[in-house]
Amino acid sequence: MTIQTEPPRDSSFDDAVLDQRLTEVWGTKPTLWGWLTTVDHKLIGRRYIVTAIFFLFLGGIAALVMRLQLGGPNAHIVGPDTYNQLFTMHGSTMMFLFAVPVMETIGVFLVPLMIGTRNVAFPRLNAFSYWVYLFGGLMLWTAFFLNSGPDAGWFSYVPLAGPQYGIGKRSDIWAQMITYTELSGLAVAVEIIVTVFKMRAPGMTLDRIPLFVWAALVTAFMIIFAMPAVMVSSTMLILDRLVGTHFFNWAEGGDVLLWQHLFWFFGHPEVYFIFIPATGLISSMIPAFTRREIFGYPALVLSLIATGFLSFGLWVHHMFVTGLPRLGESFFTASSMAVAIPSGIQIFCWIASMWDAKLRLRTPLLFVFGFIINFVIGGLTGVMVASVPIDTQVHDTYFIVAHLHYVLIGGAVFPLLGAIYYWFPKVYGRLLNERLGQLNFWLAMVGFNLTFFPMHLLGLMGMPRRIYTYQPEMGWGPMNLLATVGALIFFASFLLLLFNIVSSLRSRTPATDNPWEAGTLEWATGSPPPPYNFARIPVVSGREPLWDRPNSLPVVTGLRVDRRELLVSTLVDAKPDMLLGSPRPTIWPFAAAMVTSVTLLASIFTPWAVVWGALPIAIVFTGWFWPTGVKEEE
Amino acid sequence: MNARRFAQQIALAAAPALLAGCVDSQSVLNPQSGEAHDLARLFWIFTTVCSLVWVLVVAALLTLLLRRRRPDSTPETDNLEQQSRKTAVVAGLVALTAVILVLFTLGSFYTTRGLIAPGPHPLLIKVTGAQWWWQVEYEDSDPTQVFSTANEIHIPVGRPVTFDLEATDVIHSFWAPNLMGKQDLIPGHRNSLTLTADKPGEYRGQCAEFCGLQHSHMAFLVVAQTPAEFWAWRQAQLKPAAPPASGQQALGQHLFVEGSCATCHTISGAGAGGKTGPDLTHFGSRSTIAAGLMANTPSNLAAWIKDPQELKPGVNMPQVPLSDHDRGAIVAYLEALK
Amino acid sequence: MSSAFAKIGLFAVALVLVGCEREKRDFNAGPPSSAATAEHFERDAYDISQGERLYGWMNCVGCHSHGGGGIGPALSDDNWIYGGTLQQIHDTIRDGRPNGMPAWGARLTDDEIWQIAAYVRSMGRYVAKDVAPSRQDAMQTSKAESRRPRLSPRWGAP
Repeated sequence: MTIQTEPPRDSSFDDAVLDQRLTEVWGTKPTLWGWLTTVDHKLIGRRYIVTAIFFLFLGGIAALVMRLQLGGPNAHIVGPDTYNQLFTMHGSTMMFLFAVPVMETIGVFLVPLMIGTRNVAFPRLNAFSYWVYLFGGLMLWTAFFLNSGPDAGWFSYVPLAGPQYGIGKRSDIWAQMITYTELSGLAVAVEIIVTVFKMRAPGMTLDRIPLFVWAALVTAFMIIFAMPAVMVSSTMLILDRLVGTHFFNWAEGGDVLLWQHLFWFFGHPEVYFIFIPATGLISSMIPAFTRREIFGYPALVLSLIATGFLSFGLWVHHMFVTGLPRLGESFFTASSMAVAIPSGIQIFCWIASMWDAKLRLRTPLLFVFGFIINFVIGGLTGVMVASVPIDTQVHDTYFIVAHLHYVLIGGAVFPLLGAIYYWFPKVYGRLLNERLGQLNFWLAMVGFNLTFFPMHLLGLMGMPRRIYTYQPEMGWGPMNLLATVGALIFFASFLLLLFNIVSSLRSRTPATDNPWEAGTLEWATGSPPPPYNFARIPVVSGREPLWDRPNSLPVVTGLRVDRRELLVSTLVDAKPDMLLGSPRPTIWPFAAAMVTSVTLLASIFTPWAVVWGALPIAIVFTGWFWPTGVKEEE
Repeated sequence: MNARRFAQQIALAAAPALLAGCVDSQSVLNPQSGEAHDLARLFWIFTTVCSLVWVLVVAALLTLLLRRRRPDSTPETDNLEQQSRKTAVVAGLVALTAVILVLFTLGSFYTTRGLIAPGPHPLLIKVTGAQWWWQVEYEDSDPTQVFSTANEIHIPVGRPVTFDLEATDVIHSFWAPNLMGKQDLIPGHRNSLTLTADKPGEYRGQCAEFCGLQHSHMAFLVVAQTPAEFWAWRQAQLKPAAPPASGQQALGQHLFVEGSCATCHTISGAGAGGKTGPDLTHFGSRSTIAAGLMANTPSNLAAWIKDPQELKPGVNMPQVPLSDHDRGAIVAYLEALK
Repeated sequence: MSSAFAKIGLFAVALVLVGCEREKRDFNAGPPSSAATAEHFERDAYDISQGERLYGWMNCVGCHSHGGGGIGPALSDDNWIYGGTLQQIHDTIRDGRPNGMPAWGARLTDDEIWQIAAYVRSMGRYVAKDVAPSRQDAMQTSKAESRRPRLSPRWGAP
């Protein structure tokens, strides 16, 4: 055994040299090759978020066309075939390509920064996940523009989406899009869990983890437990359609309700994949604007976990009118009502946090207010539809359309907009314009409520969902016109956000490292952060480390600077455990995503694609996992 | 907050005007059966309590805005007294929430129990959903008393009516909001729904589960009648179709039976026996055509036969080439089938 | 470079045309179709599925079963008494044939007959796999049209 020279470590350099050395090791080259091969969580997270927002705009435009069509009775802007594709694309895009990915990948960007590490746990899996997601989304929208857009609703109930009534390849494309997005979603969930459990900065015990990180962790666990249900059911749907199995064929012993059980066993938790991270964003933003720690941290954490558990016991409330036994349904009424308790606790804690505080009324806080006002409406109508008798009247009407948009836009998009204003300087190094931001808030508030509040009344007036037009004598015209005007205003608020982003990116004044004087770790590094996140890994002694030690954060040293190295810590106490290498840029994730996507795409047309596709996939993954000879360091 | 109030003010100001213009024959807010009254009562209790909760939350937000202190950047912490006071208030509110939710759950449970209590001797009507119309069969233990109709359901006031719900193709949902909550029609399953209408009237219903291209135009009419009127209607429906009363109607019958209409439609007594479309034996007595799409007038019917795909794109009724003269004869014949 | 773009563009246009045609829901009866113009019926999944519905509703199953034949000849093989082109099948349905095939010309519209003819062509898989129907929600009596092997192109022999 030869004596090795001691490798260079961060303890032996001053800040300037360290920055240069670490940038060399952790940096991504600004070339196309660098762009394709990067494994930096910030670049991938940013790319993920931008892509999701691009899909948000596509889904929003689909919604706008539908609103124009419904603005008056007997309109002829689109026909029934296009309308059915539009609402299916709108729902599928918003749920699978926008809301879930954007919430998960804000985590990809923020979690490592908030817990003080240099990358996520499985950086190559992270890159793979993005490419698969991108290809899945592009496939769906390409199909739409080829007149093969799915047309059986984002829920794809059989038999309408089944082999006999789901004509052509439209429902296959929907089902395969699920496979793409679930694959990428599961990949991110796994890496978030391992990152949060094993890579926290020393001292960040479980009760000091930022609330957004808790929310991302709970969501990741939910994704792992819920997504297999929809992957199984969408696979069963493809098998029924492509190779003639009989999972949903009642004449041969299958059952059409099986689809609904499996879909909603996933579909209800999915709403919470979107909502729980949003509450995390709220909890993480409030302290910066109240200038003190959030009230009721343990209660908030327990509420997140309770919501996560309860969300798996609610799925039947989507099926109250399918003729299930009434007593059994009452159980699901009780569990659906029960989920209002953790949500209530969170609302009360946020209000208590802001009570008597030194409030800074900046744009992100305005969106927090908007969130509470709108989300509470959605939550309360949620309590109403949890009741079986009330649900038999309002199920599948515009009352539900109003309810779900109050929950998802009020409960997730408002926090997201607040989060964009709050973290934009961290991501791009520029502050968004405050006056435009406030205008953006008021436009969104007015437009959103004008669009969706009348829908409650429309539902009670008997207007069912998913109709492409209605007769003038139904009397739904004026209220629908109001909603359409609201939708135009709401859309304008997003255009304003886009304008604000573009003009801020062009501005020459960089943001400071911590423009909100916030207390969590992501503000301890540069805006935007350097490729290595933290020159030296910080040590944490409270929930708002930057407030505890305003001048200098204690750090640990001893990490190598000649290769990518991370600190692994223990699960509960976050004591430093070992040093671990982290992968360098590589093309394999991109290649793997390519062959996986081509295989999935081809399997829409022939089951043999799975067999032949396995070969290139095996080759690429062999290349990916080929041992490189880098030893781990204990 | 202003925006919220502003939006609400607009809604409140506009609501009477908007509601005045709308029909209340397909509305949750105008219950016309014992069952629908129970549902509406529960709905209003929930709505009142929920609105109150929302007002309190917004009031709390307003108050904390008014009580806010001048911002500065130094972080602070709540003192122990503040902490324990807030904890007590939050715990109290959570307990109150729990109490409200328990009461809500019990209210739902007992309302449901009341709705599914079986009534004596219900009238049995089998409703079969198909893309995109409703087949209605009045069941009876005596086979001579069984008859079929489509898209229009007559029921007697004051007697429980049980609808047996089935579907032949995809899932549909039977919903006449003035009378009862909805229930799905699912291939391979049998569901049922029982209701008792309070007073005579015409109530509109519509398919509530997305069922394809013409989900929007899959409506039906429930006509609640006094028992005597219902009995008279039933007797009329049991008769075969009226024979043509004029030369034009005779031509219409001939064209209908010998041409492509009879391929899909039944007119009992006239020799037309197609089963894939609605039964037209007493077509002239119905008040709408094409599953609630239009009023049943000769001109609407002529337009419908001339180009069904224009009025209801994707419907399974084809565009049959006919001269205006022939079409007029068919319209005259069908409208005479009272 | 520009020629590469042109190729990609051309490919995209071709894709759009193929995709749009395969999935088009054409509800309105256009001008009467002839052998030359009716081919789109067998390239369109929607028309073939409508043909499949009509095949069931008109009780073609009664004689021809699900393609295997019975009282009437089989439709899923490559034996055609009166010819197996789309036009010939259409004419057979419209005008009837001796020994029991009724004439449907007065009972169905011309487009409906083209749709049934296109569906009949899918039974022997004379149409593309991705427009042929999948299995029905019914008791399984034979493989779905889209899963049958494609017959050798001896069809159309007069």
